[in-house]
Amino acid sequence: MKVDEAVVNTVANLAKLKLEAGDIDTTIEQMSRILALMEQMQAVDTSGVEPLAHPLDAVQRLREDVVTESDQHEKYQAVAPETDSSLYLVPKVVE
Amino acid sequence: MSTPVTIEGALRGLAAGEYSSVELTRHFLDVIRERNPVLNAVISTTDDIAIAQAEQADRDRQAGRGGPLAGVPILHKDIFCTEGARTSAGSKMLDNFVSPYSATAVEKLTKAGAIMVGKANMDEFAMGSSNENSFYGVVRNPWQTDRVPGGSSGGSAAAVAAGFCLAATGTDTGGSIRQPASFCGITGIKPTYGRVSRWGMIAYGSSLDQAGPMTRTAADAALMLQTMAGFDHRDSTSLDEPVPLFTEALDQPLAGLRIGLCKEYLQDGLDSGVETQVQNAIRELEGLGASLVEVSLPHTQYAVPAYYVIAPAECSANLSRFDGVRFGHRCDDPVDLEDLYTRSRSEGFGREVRQRIMVGAFALSAGYYDAYYRKAQQIRRLIKNDFISAFKTVDLIAGPVAPSTAFPLGDMTDDPVAMYLQDIFTVPSSLAGLPAMSIPAGFSDNLPVGLQLIGNYLDEGRMLNAAHQFQQRTDWHLRSPDTGEVS
Repeated sequence: MKVDEAVVNTVANLAKLKLEAGDIDTTIEQMSRILALMEQMQAVDTSGVEPLAHPLDAVQRLREDVVTESDQHEKYQAVAPETDSSLYLVPKVVE
Repeated sequence: MSTPVTIEGALRGLAAGEYSSVELTRHFLDVIRERNPVLNAVISTTDDIAIAQAEQADRDRQAGRGGPLAGVPILHKDIFCTEGARTSAGSKMLDNFVSPYSATAVEKLTKAGAIMVGKANMDEFAMGSSNENSFYGVVRNPWQTDRVPGGSSGGSAAAVAAGFCLAATGTDTGGSIRQPASFCGITGIKPTYGRVSRWGMIAYGSSLDQAGPMTRTAADAALMLQTMAGFDHRDSTSLDEPVPLFTEALDQPLAGLRIGLCKEYLQDGLDSGVETQVQNAIRELEGLGASLVEVSLPHTQYAVPAYYVIAPAECSANLSRFDGVRFGHRCDDPVDLEDLYTRSRSEGFGREVRQRIMVGAFALSAGYYDAYYRKAQQIRRLIKNDFISAFKTVDLIAGPVAPSTAFPLGDMTDDPVAMYLQDIFTVPSSLAGLPAMSIPAGFSDNLPVGLQLIGNYLDEGRMLNAAHQFQQRTDWHLRSPDTGEVS
């Protein structure tokens, strides 16, 4: 896998990050080094090995479908950049 | 006032009326004010909260109803949400964030009577092994101020070592409690994954993140951990297991304890000064009655590559919540929604965080998922299986925490892979979800060396027991850096 400008730009777009023109070469170089590190995994034969997601193989707990939290939206929205009538405001999406 | 250096000492002094909690709290706030400009271990002090809590602790003590940590001043890593005090995660992204609630671990410590004197510096969003990635500046190692304190809980470790507080909270995803504890000469424990609730702890790699205490002694760590730990329905990965009183197991003799020495951890690349001190410490444990057994963890060399797929992948998902909409940094005058997201994130995150998000997004992207993320999770299983085999013949595994002592500031900032390889001895147990700790084990060139103990699942008690017995025979944990007298 070779990291080039196209790969870096695609990934930046997926991550919703903006790369300055001056950062692209450094990003390519650093990501290439990290990918080379990741590639070392390919030396291990993992056929038939079950992937591990939770170290103790725990599963999601279920609970009764009842309300357990009280309404605290004013408290939680106090830290928001911009709200109106309990709604979060963002730039207009639909003209 | 004769200043205590341990929680145990402070509790004795408070009980004997040598000082009040308010006096103790003011003392530590003074020390921080005086010495923090050099070390930068603390992002913010919480004087008003601290004094109010200390007054309450003094009242409770007088009324005979204080909790097990009543009146003990501590710092919280700035990754723990603390209601009423800024929680920055070391990031510009959260420079303006005052959490509307407190983390479960913080709540439990507060309920036990601990006093929050402030918030400790850290690598941004816990991503780093040197504490050079904080928006609030680098933290310096109190033993040699041109050296790093380790990371990501570098502020917590430096603060405890320098006497800013009696203990601190830390978090450990791939070594972030143990490596800074080792570099700063203190005791730090990462419990079994799921032991301490992650609720209110800003997420980095959710399948790896664990909170734990950073203290001078194993006895203090035992007391603090049994306070922090326990099932929490608000954390879906919390373990519903009883928490034993770790303090009650500290005095058991080590006769018959089987300690595994992993040959892959004592290999080329390990600094000879570190190796000498680690070998001496292991001999000390043998002298206490433990028997030494060689074990093999054959997939060790693949732990760092697998970790640096899994942790960034989870980080890229976790940090997608920072979008400039609900909390945190928002860019000025966004022209549209895309611009709002992209510019808020690019301005708010530092270089290492942006890099890990991108690596994670790549590893999870269509076409690469199987080759990287799934492969890493399979290797994670093999690493866990290695440990399961080893723990059939031993009770604990002992070895180094890091390949070297604290390295000079700026030494590895341009080479991410060199920095990642620092985590070689700490990430395997993180991937397996096992408890592990670092205890002071000597010095090499006047810098502290840590001994790592890795325990079996939920067996923190045995680790703390061995650490405590070791600390009865050694005094490395009582050595303090000379940071000058506070005037």
